[in-house]
Amino acid sequence: MIDFIVRRLIAIIPVLTVVAILVFLMLRLTPGDPAAVIAGDNATSDQIADIRTKLGLNEPIWTQFVIWIGNMLQGNFGESFFFKKTVAELIAQRIEPTLALAVCTLIFAVSISVPIGVLAAYRQGSLVDRVVMGFSVVGFSVPGFVIGYCLIYVFAIELGWLPVQGYIRIGVNFWGFLERMILPSLTLSVGFIALISRITRASVLEVLNEDYIRTARAKGLSNRVVLMRHALRNAAVPILTVIGLGIAILIGGAVVTESVFGLPGLGRLTVEAVLSRDFPTIQAVILMFSVVYVVVNLLIDISYTLFDPRIRY
Amino acid sequence: MKQVMRRTLGAMAAGAILAAGVATVSGPALAQGKVLKFVQNGNLTILDPIWTTAYVTRNHGYFIYDTLFASDENNVVKPQMVDKYEVSGDKLTWTFTLRDGLEWHDGTPVTSEDCIASIKRWGARDAMGQKLMDFVKDYKAVDAKTFQMILKEPYGLVLDSLGKPSSQVPFMMPKKVAETDPFKQIDSQIGSGPFIYVNAESKPGEKHVYNKNPKYKPRSEPASGLAGGKVVKVDRVEIIEMPDPQQQVNAIAAGEIDVIEQPPHDLIPILKKEKGVTLFNWNPLGHQFIIRFNWLQPPFNNPKVRQAALLSMRQEDYLKATVGEPEYYKVCTAAFICGTPNAFDAPDGLLVKPNFEKAKALLKEAGYDGTPVVLMQSTTLPVLTNVAPVTKALLEQGGFKVDMQSMDWQTLVTRRTNKGPVGQGGWNVFHTFSVAADILNPIATSYMVANGDKAWFGWPTDPDMEKLRDAYAKETDPAKGKALAKAVQDRALETAQYGWIGQWYGPGAMRSNVTGWLKAPVPVMWNIEKK
Repeated sequence: MIDFIVRRLIAIIPVLTVVAILVFLMLRLTPGDPAAVIAGDNATSDQIADIRTKLGLNEPIWTQFVIWIGNMLQGNFGESFFFKKTVAELIAQRIEPTLALAVCTLIFAVSISVPIGVLAAYRQGSLVDRVVMGFSVVGFSVPGFVIGYCLIYVFAIELGWLPVQGYIRIGVNFWGFLERMILPSLTLSVGFIALISRITRASVLEVLNEDYIRTARAKGLSNRVVLMRHALRNAAVPILTVIGLGIAILIGGAVVTESVFGLPGLGRLTVEAVLSRDFPTIQAVILMFSVVYVVVNLLIDISYTLFDPRIRY
Repeated sequence: MKQVMRRTLGAMAAGAILAAGVATVSGPALAQGKVLKFVQNGNLTILDPIWTTAYVTRNHGYFIYDTLFASDENNVVKPQMVDKYEVSGDKLTWTFTLRDGLEWHDGTPVTSEDCIASIKRWGARDAMGQKLMDFVKDYKAVDAKTFQMILKEPYGLVLDSLGKPSSQVPFMMPKKVAETDPFKQIDSQIGSGPFIYVNAESKPGEKHVYNKNPKYKPRSEPASGLAGGKVVKVDRVEIIEMPDPQQQVNAIAAGEIDVIEQPPHDLIPILKKEKGVTLFNWNPLGHQFIIRFNWLQPPFNNPKVRQAALLSMRQEDYLKATVGEPEYYKVCTAAFICGTPNAFDAPDGLLVKPNFEKAKALLKEAGYDGTPVVLMQSTTLPVLTNVAPVTKALLEQGGFKVDMQSMDWQTLVTRRTNKGPVGQGGWNVFHTFSVAADILNPIATSYMVANGDKAWFGWPTDPDMEKLRDAYAKETDPAKGKALAKAVQDRALETAQYGWIGQWYGPGAMRSNVTGWLKAPVPVMWNIEKK
């Protein structure tokens, strides 16, 4: 197992190298000049050229790359062209809302989707099954921002129970934090509930037809024990895979949800950086997302061994 | 199984009740006392108002910095940090004396040296400042509160330059800060203005916090425009970064924010119906749409082709397509904004009544070969998105073939720096808009500069225009200056240097318990009360 983890961690190096080269080159080859954005609408060509020089953007592209990689290897992610802050500071400021949103969304999504998926499988073909599958289709089909606006209209504007938008840090005011998390995480969880409940239903259905389930029932075990201990545990691998990918996607930033609910997370930081061509920020954030993807996938692979003893590394 | 499901559903219900309970106990919008929550048009990322011309950064500047002079509600320049000033008989030496009691936020006094360094840094970046610097021979700090600006020859726009209301504003900074390279961003946020920036609580992308400056000494005159007493009537202002305009409207309706700088025109009908919200046209001069031609590349390197394009323009088409409500726009053929001393009508219905037949005749005369002109359309600035399609339709009626290329604003601002042919990533025509306060005279208006490579994008070359602008700059008699401003406008229309295609207004929105928002070209937060 340790060998496997070490090998997987070492494999991150070539992945990150390729990502770094691609991100760096793509940013330089796509149209858009941060100096022109910084200078503003009234600036002249000469002023933009001066800013380009000060930012080091007139250096040959390979010189810029070597400088950037050299700094990265020393743990220096660089300074944002715009914010006058280091990229590490910016990410540190923005990571809490994104993590909070990811955790709340997963709590909502898993606590709802797994039970209703199991229920739908257990009652295959019944009204409950159809309702769950119908919800799943709607959850997939309706865009998140539509769900968000509907929830805001009902719970924030009409009923006035929850705030429309904004974020309060967990250490500042826990209840304020919690009430600002409910609508965005509900909004975001709808799609995940739809996805995970479908996967859960399909996996459990497959397992319920296995011989060992029949054997378990023949032994006189209760439905609860059969479902929870035998069926769900054996159906867990695909469910875990989907949940794991969901974690990676959520940490990558839920751009639309963060924008609609005014959450200052990594998704919005990425969009703002892309729109303003803030090269150091885009490069660092995308590298960070790559690391998150690789690490989350590794954790998912490790978690398989907890549910399926046949899997060994 | 039933039991399991019952437990699960029970837990979910309990969670929902708990969540609702929490919400009810703490309430959606906590009482905020004298905190004013303000949403601007765009995120504030750069905090140096000399380094960029971005309007959100200019607004930040007005919070924390002060100016030597400022324009009042009628656009008359009045002393602000300056107590008194005098000009020598030969009009070459200007002497400024600062008011008593001016202090930086760190408690040190504002000195002449600070002001001289600030003027120098601003003069290196701003177009109007650069023009002033052409005339400045030297500065002299007479004492801690008095300094002189010595000119090479008389200049008619000294006060207009130092009292320039919009980007880039000559804000006064401590000498140590103002000595930063004008092409590098400053590190410090210490000013002498009516608010203090709270760096520790400000988080870009989330909010920016400004506390009332308790030591600020406002002028005794009542506040008017950007001039007069800057009396702060709230304890703090928080700029909330909220990118979604629909959510801005929802948030002000729910009382979570107090002021929106400028909601999009399509959301104004919703705001009008909100009982707790008032709309206020804080910038009575408004804004102006611009069409800009590339003078370096065919076909707009030919004056007849440019004239044909101007003959095809109809302002009302643009204004209806972008603003909609006539209440918020004005057909105005004055380059320097209707309602100002330099407002002059364009002749022969130009820009208002298109003459497509004459345009086609001019194109034929110019030998236009029907090559499509590349029109860049910005799709990310809502107010500009609908402008380019109108131009395409009008130019096509005037005999042009048009290739409208859509892109985000950042791509557009990069591509417009390309002086090369269209085949090498160049362009022929694009649109932008200006705050009216930035274009009130021939020197402030960057679109009027016609010195080729050094001019604004499009790079017009017209020595006659430059002579007129110079004459305007040197003229100290207001009546003669006005005549020269008209000559500049006439010349711009004659050469079709660029087109001004409509004046429009964007009201702000505020909660009904908010009063005292001043009419000015900039949304300023002093004088505002929250009851």
